Amino acid sequence: MKSILDILSGIRPEFDFAASQDYLADGMLDSFDMLALVSDLDRTFSIRIEGSEILPENFRNLAAIQALLAKHGVTA
Amino acid sequence: MKLVFHGKRIEGLLTVLPANERLFVDEMDQFDFPRGRSLKLKEVMGYDRHRLVDGDVCVSDLAVAGFEHLFAQGLLDRDGFDALIVVTQTPDHLMPATSFVIQGRLGLKQDLFCLDINQGCAGFLIGLYEAFMLLEQPAIRRVALLNADVMSRKVSPRDRNSYPLIGDAAAITLIGQSDDNAPIHANLKMDGRRREALMIPAGGLREPSSEETRVAHTDAEGNLRARDDLVMDGSAVFNFVQTEVPPMIEALLASAGTHMAVVDTFLFHQPNRFMLQKLAEKLQIPCEKMPSNVVEHFGNSSGVTIPLALAFNLRERVCRETLTAVFGGFGVGLTWSSLLMPLGPLAFCEMIDYPQVN
Repeated sequence: MKSILDILSGIRPEFDFAASQDYLADGMLDSFDMLALVSDLDRTFSIRIEGSEILPENFRNLAAIQALLAKHGVTA
Repeated sequence: MKLVFHGKRIEGLLTVLPANERLFVDEMDQFDFPRGRSLKLKEVMGYDRHRLVDGDVCVSDLAVAGFEHLFAQGLLDRDGFDALIVVTQTPDHLMPATSFVIQGRLGLKQDLFCLDINQGCAGFLIGLYEAFMLLEQPAIRRVALLNADVMSRKVSPRDRNSYPLIGDAAAITLIGQSDDNAPIHANLKMDGRRREALMIPAGGLREPSSEETRVAHTDAEGNLRARDDLVMDGSAVFNFVQTEVPPMIEALLASAGTHMAVVDTFLFHQPNRFMLQKLAEKLQIPCEKMPSNVVEHFGNSSGVTIPLALAFNLRERVCRETLTAVFGGFGVGLTWSSLLMPLGPLAFCEMIDYPQVN
């Protein structure tokens, strides 16, 4: 199964997501990238992230995304 | 607020779509984004093609073509309606109202209540409520509701956040009295504090259009637009819809004392496929009951998307039988509203192109 970093790199291959603590402030993810990310996370981990959970703070860095997935019972 | 109406029905529906169809893959290079990212967006949001007016086509042009079609086909008499409600954000002029332009161009009677409403993606519902209220007057036996926008003329072609999803269209809905006096339940909320989430900043009197407001600037996400163009805070709008719409639908059904299973179709505004999928998941609505295919075929035409979703997906069925329908609109203002009513059988439900090719 693909890791979160693999998925992020698939969306924005030009960035090193392991090296950033704030994807939004560093300009690595925009609002549409977040939607693409949610679509990929839903499909990869067979979950349904709720629309109301699609907030910038849930996608700011790897830890935030891991915390969101944990709410859906996924350890990644 | 809760609204209740009695004894009203939708009698017929016609949509008018510009014949000019543009493909997303042909437009990708006008955005300052790598093709791979744009293709990903296409896959997630459902962008594929959209209908746009050519040149200086205005709302009244689409409307006149639609009404002339109804007159020519014998679906409506020229004197067969007593009110004309026009819901648009892209009027022909600042004044007079576009309803008067249409009345004059069609040579309609003077005993006609002409009314323009500045509304967007909830505009079909707002128009229905106004029609229902006008029909309380004995002199008003039938209302023609025109939802129409040519928003492509106010969106920067280099704004990837908005241009790919925009579509131009019009819909004429005839509304009249019904013998069925069962209550029609609706609800409505508005929030002007969030008005800047969807806005055309310049071009009105607060910030008149000028050489300066026509100059395009690049935003933080790489979109190029001017202050004369539509600007949409995509994240704010997405969060607004996902937060406010599900409880609104649940409150509507609770007010009506009914539940999801009895509803045959959920006809929601069509912003993009992803947003609708997330709403359907939250509300546990089966996808076959909730069309989400308008943006990929025609683009998002603001207040026209609900009647367009109906005509495109259900036109044969709604001319044959009565469906229990929930309408849901949400957008500029901000405005969010929903309505539960019996729908059909309609006298007609048609789609035509503009200009028509015979």
